[in-house]
Amino acid sequence: MVLFALCGESSWLLRQFRTQPCRATLYTLVRNTPRKAETVTNAIYDVVIVGAGIVGAACADEFARRSLRVAVVDREVVGSGATAAGMGHIVVMDDSEAQFALTRYSQQLWQALRNDLPADVEYDQCGTIWVAADEEEMAEVRRKHHFYEARGVPSETLDAKRLKQSEPNLRDGLQGGLLVPEDAVLYPPCAARFLMQRAQQHGAKLVLGASVSTLGKGRVLLSDGLQLTSEIIINAAGAWSAELTPGIDVKRRKGHLVITDRYPAFLRHQLVELGYLKSAHSVASDSVAFNVQPRRTGQILIGSSRQFGAEHKEVDQEMIVRMLQRAQEYMPPLRDLSAIRVWTGFRAATPDKLPFIGPWPADKSVFLATGHEGLGITTSLATATILADQVTGAKPEIPIEPYLPSRVAKEYAHA
Amino acid sequence: MPDQISVKVNGAAISVPSGATAAVAMAIAGQPCRTSVTGEPRGPLCGMGICFECRVTINGVPHCRSCQIPCEPGMEVNSEV
Repeated sequence: MVLFALCGESSWLLRQFRTQPCRATLYTLVRNTPRKAETVTNAIYDVVIVGAGIVGAACADEFARRSLRVAVVDREVVGSGATAAGMGHIVVMDDSEAQFALTRYSQQLWQALRNDLPADVEYDQCGTIWVAADEEEMAEVRRKHHFYEARGVPSETLDAKRLKQSEPNLRDGLQGGLLVPEDAVLYPPCAARFLMQRAQQHGAKLVLGASVSTLGKGRVLLSDGLQLTSEIIINAAGAWSAELTPGIDVKRRKGHLVITDRYPAFLRHQLVELGYLKSAHSVASDSVAFNVQPRRTGQILIGSSRQFGAEHKEVDQEMIVRMLQRAQEYMPPLRDLSAIRVWTGFRAATPDKLPFIGPWPADKSVFLATGHEGLGITTSLATATILADQVTGAKPEIPIEPYLPSRVAKEYAHA
Repeated sequence: MPDQISVKVNGAAISVPSGATAAVAMAIAGQPCRTSVTGEPRGPLCGMGICFECRVTINGVPHCRSCQIPCEPGMEVNSEV
């Protein structure tokens, strides 16, 4: 895995459970030359995108390929926010019909793109196994299986024996699971870089290291005083989008990740506990869930944790301990593996677990592409596609109403 | 002359000086410690346990720093893929 190659193998710091992401490494990794803002200020754009995470990059790619004149602004580098702190699980979800529609549509877009992805994106259709610990969760396996079956998504119910055969390092005594073979994993920062580079090949301008102080009314004002003018401004600033568009209900939800050294064949599928459905949706308290992912290198990526109200980037030792204990409850041999890096990031969470994709009623120049919480890597491509459909007047493949910002912003409609 | 002890490197028995580290055994055997994610052979860089470049599997335990571990009679040291 690239992270490993670039910042893992030769730095003792990372062995010391480094608390900050390797920012210098990300610069090297993304290798986008920051452009001087002066070179872009006086040009006219059709679309200015604020945020160069995977959602902003996907939007840039989609709009540029539809021949719109695009500029992207980010205060850091491509894929440096939640994109660098996501697992890169391309997963079909079923919390709601709207969530299913968006995740499935987007997964199909990734599948269509997979042959164009460079090797460093590490797209791997390893499948997900939703792990059931008890009979109640086994009932959920069956419900989930029927849900997917009715909607044309392949899945397979595993009994306890099949589960153990599929993943021998899981503990004994689990009830079974649901294998969803079309789910995949990828390496998000490189996926974002690929999308952004393709956008640039289609004429998009990328302005990095530029902090946005305000956006709206057809203008994006940078903190150094420069201004970009555009009919359409897309707020794709993720966990910081509410700072730029006051009134949108997007909150930061912190997460932790751990990655191990290389243990080839230790793990074959992305494994997620079905208890995740209970814990991940708890908005009242901090939660952890068993969620592990095999990387191409043989490394194991271990999640997940969710915290509201944590504003600092530093690793919370208590959360790491809880998260790793949870992981070891499901997979005891994890305790013998060596972790090489621990880091954190902030998801952009909305109250109803659905992203905001579409026009912001309070300002006709502003469109939102934010609030993807833990599913932004999966749903980035569908987000970009249905947003571009809205802007260009094309007919979206899926109903867009559930994602429109106006669903929760009626009070702003007549402001 | 120091005493010699016998260890196995990638399945082949070799003789190394008593007190030699596993990294020395790998060097004597002419074997890389491991292969990087991009397929390059790797061996000791810092020689003092910091860089983790010289990881090997010793007696079945992966990711041991060969520069820090003295050879013992009969020790099995294997390159990591």
